[in-house]
Amino acid sequence: MGLEGSFAIAEAVRMVNADVISAYPITPQTHIVERLAEMIADGELDAEFICVESEHSAMSACVGASAAGARVFTCSAGQGLELMHEVLYIPASMRLPVVAVAANRALSGPLSVWCDHSDAMALRDIGWIQIFAENNQQAFDLTVCAYRMAEDQDVLFPAMVHIDGFYLSHVTEDMELPAEADVADFIPDYEYPFVLDPAKPVSMGCYGPPFIYFEAKMAQNVAFEASKSKILEVWKVFKETFGRSYEPVETYRMEDARTALLTMGSISESAMLAIDELRSEGKAVGLIRLRLWRPFPFAELREAVKNLDCLLVLDRAISYGMGGPVCGEVKAALYDKRQDLAIVSYIAGIGGRDVTLDEFKYMINRGEEKAQLVTLGEELEPEIIGVRE
Amino acid sequence: MGAKQKGWKDLELGCVVTEPGSAASTKTGEWRSTRPIRDNTKCIKCGACYIYCPEGCISEDDEGFFEADLYYCKGCGICAHECPRGVIEMVEEEEE
Repeated sequence: MGLEGSFAIAEAVRMVNADVISAYPITPQTHIVERLAEMIADGELDAEFICVESEHSAMSACVGASAAGARVFTCSAGQGLELMHEVLYIPASMRLPVVAVAANRALSGPLSVWCDHSDAMALRDIGWIQIFAENNQQAFDLTVCAYRMAEDQDVLFPAMVHIDGFYLSHVTEDMELPAEADVADFIPDYEYPFVLDPAKPVSMGCYGPPFIYFEAKMAQNVAFEASKSKILEVWKVFKETFGRSYEPVETYRMEDARTALLTMGSISESAMLAIDELRSEGKAVGLIRLRLWRPFPFAELREAVKNLDCLLVLDRAISYGMGGPVCGEVKAALYDKRQDLAIVSYIAGIGGRDVTLDEFKYMINRGEEKAQLVTLGEELEPEIIGVRE
Repeated sequence: MGAKQKGWKDLELGCVVTEPGSAASTKTGEWRSTRPIRDNTKCIKCGACYIYCPEGCISEDDEGFFEADLYYCKGCGICAHECPRGVIEMVEEEEE
């Protein structure tokens, strides 16, 4: 069936039978909450919709509801995620399985409602499981998976699904929705370990003086890193149940590739077309898509690049004075093991600028030349693609 | 703060506190730099120190005199400042 990305996500939230939804509308996320509000009003979803005056309050409401044991949902984008930023750290430190969708949007200024990954990159250290979707089917599937990951009793961390604003949120694509009963089986009811109970009172979200704060953060980090094995388990069961496969790092036409482009989000689908065309010209090139952004998939990334001479990393955000944030992380992840691999940085698609097929092909062809310079020890700045002089 | 401090493996999920009122076991007076010393021969038992103490760490004894609990007292000196009879003197912690 044809479904807009926003509506696909709303369907996922309905099928997992969320209890509490709190969100503040912001382009390009608006259709998700509009549809959910409609579902609740029409009796299709038995949930509380808490209207709030800001994204800060939306996440605060989600934290409270989740701490009371409710299954919650929120979504936001760009400036909204920034206003929410302070509270995003709270469910991670309190180990609350809040699920959110981010409809990725450029950050002001200049004011932009269009897609890039500036907002996502600003959220790198919030302590949430973070996953990137490339199309509407994935937006649906990964939202469903996010609940099972977050609510696993060995995980209990919030999870965020990143979808590209407009490219996914506002575009109708052909996709398949699973049977509701199958989703209900896949996302069973869960019980938070500390439910509200007067007989067993607890204090949540306490003050952490210097004698205990460090220990609290250590416990959080160790548990978060350990969540990856459960994330893999969820995707394994998802594949067995629904037939579609997800991996922390996914590859495309990598069989004999010596050069690969690394992308995140919807741009990956355009990149596949470029790879197909270059393959038809006889070039041994492939594509690596970073699906799981946090916890970072070090081992899977190393495996994906093991036969490469040249890796081209495409960032859809700028870390001012640093370069491409994803490239920086990829380099850090590979430094210990693969200092022989030439890594080239590109930045494109900022503020909703489309990246054309020719630009992808240019990046890959030019990247191989640049890789030779890197191998010779030259220090290369990130190359900005598609900006006018 | 107790004899044995908790390590990171000892913490509850999300640093939840499962023992009500356990904050009272935290020694909040440890960074005090001055402490109150009393000369109860001058004390009129008015209780001004008890009323003004922002920590609520001053209590009345059986004879009606007041004493600060140094486990919580932060040495702010408000009691000494408010005492109408100059009973309380703040002395540096390192002094006897």
